[in-house]
Amino acid sequence: MRALATSLALLCAGCTGSQTVLAPMGPQAAQLNWLLWSFILICGIIWLLVMFVLVLALRYAAVPSQRGERRAAVIVGVSVAASALVIIVLTVMSYAATRGLSVAADDPLVIRLRGYQWWWEVTYTDRRPDRMLVTANEIHVPVGHPINIELSAADVIHSFWVPNLVGKQDLIPGRRNDLTFTASRPGVYRGQCAEFCGLQHAHMALLVIAEEPAAFEAWRDAQLQVARPPETIEQEAGRTFFVSQPCAACHTVRGTNAAGTLGPDLTHVASRRTIAAGLLETTRGSLAAWIADPQTIKPGNNMPMVTMTPEQLRAVSAWLVDLQ
Amino acid sequence: MLLIALALLACKREARELRTDPPATDALNGVVPMANRINGGLPRIFIAQGSPYENNAYQLGQGKRLYDWFNCKGCHANGGGASGPALTDGRWRYGPDPVSIFLTIRDGRPHGMPAFANRLTTEQIWQLTGYVRTMGAYSAQTAAPSRNDEMQSRPAENRAPAATEIRMPPSR
Ligand code: HEC
Ligand code: HEC
Ligand SMILES: [Cu+2]
Repeated sequence: MRALATSLALLCAGCTGSQTVLAPMGPQAAQLNWLLWSFILICGIIWLLVMFVLVLALRYAAVPSQRGERRAAVIVGVSVAASALVIIVLTVMSYAATRGLSVAADDPLVIRLRGYQWWWEVTYTDRRPDRMLVTANEIHVPVGHPINIELSAADVIHSFWVPNLVGKQDLIPGRRNDLTFTASRPGVYRGQCAEFCGLQHAHMALLVIAEEPAAFEAWRDAQLQVARPPETIEQEAGRTFFVSQPCAACHTVRGTNAAGTLGPDLTHVASRRTIAAGLLETTRGSLAAWIADPQTIKPGNNMPMVTMTPEQLRAVSAWLVDLQ
Repeated sequence: MLLIALALLACKREARELRTDPPATDALNGVVPMANRINGGLPRIFIAQGSPYENNAYQLGQGKRLYDWFNCKGCHANGGGASGPALTDGRWRYGPDPVSIFLTIRDGRPHGMPAFANRLTTEQIWQLTGYVRTMGAYSAQTAAPSRNDEMQSRPAENRAPAATEIRMPPSR
């Protein structure tokens, strides 16, 4: 009894949360959720029926006879027809439910998502080029507004899956895949790369943050600003170090000379909740730990260890944590 | 028994050193060039580590990735040369040895090769050096970088000789 209760409790723990298909937070996810439950229900009923018939067959084994054989032929015929019918119904249902997932909505917000080993580059498009925006590992979306995500990959195949919002879609090098979703309630939804892509595949998460349209616009305007200038001498030293070292060859910080595109844009790195694709919460300590030795924290990732003195490390972390 | 022993032999996998320790990095930077900055002494630690930038496939593969990432392709193409000289033809303006190539990448060369000292770490410069040397190698090697993602425009790095055509020696 107790075992049953625990397993039930464990099962129910999967019904809520920020990374589950069972708590849909948008129309597309709701459709998929409906599809899932219909499948479970229909297949469950069929399974029970089959088990019932199996028990009957075992219990009352028939004596072979001419009439029995004709009856068996009828039963087999009816079952085949019923199976075909069930498969057709399920096919039509899943077609109906998934049809709308890659159809572009009217006037959507178009976001480009590019997968890298092992992080996500997020680009907000706009008709005005000066309102284009590049960030990483975190997607902010306005609630109730249709989002069109254009998926591509830089190196190998990755897969986008934020179960609370929409189903899975691959990011494939040399190809563009589209996905449409709408978030109907504010919240933070977690997603994770869903296609094995190498050593650090397990550490390639991203957050979708759905907020009220006004809050979203405020976020977007803040992100469009260049990096805020250093305030203290230490931060100033951090910036000087950053732009004169290999960091600047890989990272962009708008408002400085750093314009590399091989790693995440760091213009507003401290405004993001996590660094290294969901691995660490963004604090000065975690930034410093990451910069001091990225290969021990996330072995094999594409950021090398740059040798520096403790003063330089303090300075660069003081500057980065201020880039709100 | 023998079969099992043989099978177990295959379990030894090439070790991947994902980063060097800072003192080792400093030591690796300490090449001793000749006065004309061509050729010179390899850092002692290079040999002590077992020359990973010459014979470790992971290090060579990293070099290959950096060759693309840091736009060596922009000037040297896939090794055949463009505005920069060819790297696969087996002829070197500044010498074929690791120290010369390391110095070329780190400090640049007067006729248009930029210095990468502030854009690459010492480890990365060695990875690139190893990779550039496999591009122009004249003898086959067992350690090879990863395959090309694009179409192959020349023989793979582990095949020798790398040059696709035999040219006449320069008549100087
Ligand atoms: C060869 C390119 C390269 C160099 C050089 C480099 N980085 Fe990175 N950096 C990356 C990549 C790639 C990532 C993403 C790693 C991941 O999450 O897998 C990254 C991630 C980061 C992050 C976390 C960002 C986020 O939002 O997840 C910070 C902070 C950072 N780098 C700072 C620095 C600093 C400071 C330096 C110089 C000391 C530096 N980087 C040098 C490539 C580089
Ligand atoms: C802006 C163009 C440019 C870029 C980018 C560039 N090179 Fe060069 N490279 C040159 C030129 C030009 C020379 C010839 C220099 C001379 O003769 O003084 C050269 C010379 C060399 C040599 C020496 C060749 C010899 O014959 O001795 C090597 C090795 C080399 N480059 C490797 C690289 C690597 C590795 C990269 C990428 C990190 C790179 N180069 C990026 C232009 C470039
Ligand atoms: Cu993955």
